[in-house]
Amino acid sequence: MRYLPLSDADRKDMLAVIGASSIDDLFADIPSDKLMKGLPDLPRRKGELEVERIMSRMAGKNVAASSVPFFVGAGAYKHHVPATVDHLIQRSEFLTSYTPYQPEIAQGTLQYLFEFQTQVAALTGMEVANASMYDGSTACGEAVLMAHRVTRRRKAVLSGGLHPHYADVVRTLSKMAGDEVVTMAPDVTATEDLLAAVDGSVSCVVVQTPDVFGHLRDLRKLSEKCREAGALLIAVFTEVVSLGLVTPPGAMGADIVVGEGQSIGNALNFGGPYVGLFAAKQKYVRQMPGRLCGETVDADGARGFVLTLSTREQHIRRDKATSNICTNSGLCALAFTIHMTLLGQEGLGRLGRINHANAVKLADMLSSVRGVEVLNSAFFNEFTLRLSRPAAAVVEELAAKGVMAGVPVSRLLPKAGLDDLLIVANTEVNTDDDRAALVEALREVL
Amino acid sequence: MLNRQGRPTAPGLASVSAHETFTGNKALLQEEPLLFEIGRYDVTGVDLDEPQGFTPRLGGLERSDGIGLPGLSEPETMRHFVRLSQKNYGIDTGLFPLGSCTMKHNPRLNERMARLPGFADVHPLQPQSTVQGALELMNELGRWLTELTGMPAVALSPKAGAHGELCGMMAIKAAIEAKGEGATRRTVLVPDSAHGTNPATAALIQFDVKPVPVREDGTVDPEAVRALAGPDTAAIMLTNPNTCGLFEKDVAKIAEIIHAAGGYFYCDGANYNAIVGKARPGDLGVDAMHINLHKTFSTPHGGGGPGSGPVVLSERLAAFAPVPFVRTDAAGFALVEDEEGTEAFGRITAFHGQTGMYVRALSYMLSHGADGCRQASEDAVLNANYVRARLADLMSLPFGNRPCMHEVLFDDAWLKDTGVSTLDFAKAMIDEGYHPMTVYFPLVVHGAMLVEPTESESRASLDLFIATLRDLAMAAKRGDAARFTGAPYLAPRRRLDETRAARSPVLRWTPPAPVQEAAE
Repeated sequence: MRYLPLSDADRKDMLAVIGASSIDDLFADIPSDKLMKGLPDLPRRKGELEVERIMSRMAGKNVAASSVPFFVGAGAYKHHVPATVDHLIQRSEFLTSYTPYQPEIAQGTLQYLFEFQTQVAALTGMEVANASMYDGSTACGEAVLMAHRVTRRRKAVLSGGLHPHYADVVRTLSKMAGDEVVTMAPDVTATEDLLAAVDGSVSCVVVQTPDVFGHLRDLRKLSEKCREAGALLIAVFTEVVSLGLVTPPGAMGADIVVGEGQSIGNALNFGGPYVGLFAAKQKYVRQMPGRLCGETVDADGARGFVLTLSTREQHIRRDKATSNICTNSGLCALAFTIHMTLLGQEGLGRLGRINHANAVKLADMLSSVRGVEVLNSAFFNEFTLRLSRPAAAVVEELAAKGVMAGVPVSRLLPKAGLDDLLIVANTEVNTDDDRAALVEALREVL
Repeated sequence: MLNRQGRPTAPGLASVSAHETFTGNKALLQEEPLLFEIGRYDVTGVDLDEPQGFTPRLGGLERSDGIGLPGLSEPETMRHFVRLSQKNYGIDTGLFPLGSCTMKHNPRLNERMARLPGFADVHPLQPQSTVQGALELMNELGRWLTELTGMPAVALSPKAGAHGELCGMMAIKAAIEAKGEGATRRTVLVPDSAHGTNPATAALIQFDVKPVPVREDGTVDPEAVRALAGPDTAAIMLTNPNTCGLFEKDVAKIAEIIHAAGGYFYCDGANYNAIVGKARPGDLGVDAMHINLHKTFSTPHGGGGPGSGPVVLSERLAAFAPVPFVRTDAAGFALVEDEEGTEAFGRITAFHGQTGMYVRALSYMLSHGADGCRQASEDAVLNANYVRARLADLMSLPFGNRPCMHEVLFDDAWLKDTGVSTLDFAKAMIDEGYHPMTVYFPLVVHGAMLVEPTESESRASLDLFIATLRDLAMAAKRGDAARFTGAPYLAPRRRLDETRAARSPVLRWTPPAPVQEAAE
């Protein structure tokens, strides 16, 4: 087997050194009736070529986003990632290293985590950020738990514009932890009255902008209301590129900002791995979940970086920890940092404008199609259409024509009676031809 | 003829000691500032055309301030991150004996497969008719995991090991509540040798954690479990093989006691890599066990993630698995995303889990096959025992010189009166070119050193590692403390001040304050 260096002669010699007569002597603690006699009923070893054939055959049954006009978003977005990013994250020293528990030989990881934290804090307009979470949805769940710790209250209010899967993650966690959740009705037009839902019993309000239907939301009045009521405002985003163009949640008074960082540096990957971003006000840093990287000096006085404030974490605090998280999304955070470094504020701003300009163009084109109504007045690169027919069927028909039209709301909210709504995303990868193909295909089926 | 101009072809008798360099660089090892210190606000390494002729529809929410993030050109970016990478130790650099973390070889075939456009460039919310291959991948991975473990079901979506623990314990909680015992069954037994994630997970979903002491031989005594188990017992969280590197020989009896008390057996599968193809958790009474794909099935650790932690489930828990999951029907594969009509306890992540990691793990499994998987476990155990046998005369084994599983645990009794601590010993290993073993874990032995060589090491590599540890051990014993207490001397950084980092945390770069001009 190509990955196993020991030869049979090595194995024999080594058993002799150990003083064992057979390999099963070393497994003697496994009760003999539990030791497997034969091999599991699975195929035998295969060479690279054969594995590549099997995997390629499976991959070939999927339609890749780049092969068709592609407008699917709602939490994950197709963007162009520079070649440099994927090359660098495959450097052995990044790819095959571990959590930096020995900082003297992990300064590479630690320095990029410090850079990542700085970038995330700047983008969100917050004071501190952690070294990443699994993804946006789990970051959202952790933010709610953190708000409960900070406020010593246990009731969260979820906006009807929050991605339904994020809301499900929060609800599942809360149900298990015995906490209360109030979920607002799906808010297709961004007109819900969240202010009325905030009172002295509420720990936090979770609101997404751009929301799942694509609406941009002004959080300023809500943050004031939260401050008066002693509740925390948790702002969520699923499209981080929007932060290149729109007012960041930190500037609108958010206490905790969480979101999905996939759009920068990371592929779609059918849902993961992604990278959760988590930022907060400095005063709450000791209640934050996840790893934090901090600056310090070494024995010679040279600047260096270490994981810090680990007394919050499970390996020290065990059942008193702020979270059970151990592994994070290190390599995806690296991809984010490299792509963000290439962009800089200049590139990110322009990328944001291109996304927005493309979406505006598409919205105008679609407005002219009979049976299509654009619901959004303010949006970034994604908006919601009301169709004259159930959106799920339209999406299937367009897929058969080789156009990926978007996400039917019924896929995210099956019982909400919103079957005629379609969420459409438009990024820098979409061309005029793509947009024309979508419009044409919709004209044909509506 | 070469070197006519008098270029020397052999080194002269130059000074033997290095001097301080002007740059601070040491030849190939380059100092590297933070990107914020070398970037410029008007530079970008991505060529994009400014869009023309559109009217923004941002509802007055256009960003008014600068973000404050400089950019680098592409060559600068490349150099910045390559230099950073050179300050890291990885599996490809050398032996990485980090116990309980399983730093085995990461085959690059798996990376190539994960980047096939049919996997990497597929959106989680595409119509299911366009992702049949991705669903087949999930189904196939599930088949391998359930077959290897002898368990009937699997929940794939947990994002990492600790997330898998959470998923498994949530399934247990849901099962208890379905039986109407939610108010009474609230205690989770956790041995002292457990990973910190176990008690943290149980506490997160409001279980009361009750510790189980570990007996003299490093394993859990079923009688100790019997004494604690009762009608309040929700579950036991037992790591097997355990963190002392030992197989819990009474595991079947412990499972029986827990089941008799009406509780569930959660197995922390972090060390499953020792027994793949040798024993099936399903035969040992396990109800739920997470599998760290980044340990046992070799998906890269990537400097601390991403992981992937599928949970295999027993018949009693299978129905409570979270959405989404794959179902096969006449039309092919279908993804069940809606809880309604199922007994699923809920949803734990936005989409379908770490598909990119599923690709890598399945590629690893197909490459190894059932036979190679078993061989990998046997070699991992053989390598650990070889290290044990050849160091047992110098370093102390807290549970006696007996066979271990895939990792061998030493304590610091042998360092007594040397002035050298476990940490010092670890730091001296860095100077010798090795990543240290796991230190001070598990907590049940003093000054723990947990060595996991993995199956990826050749005998020659192990021999050099053993010789190095022997040399260090003898140096410590003969009083050469300075080699240890000041170590590392040769790493990119000397020992770092963690106390200072925690006392006044600096967690981000901030621009230096502008220099005040002196008043004229």
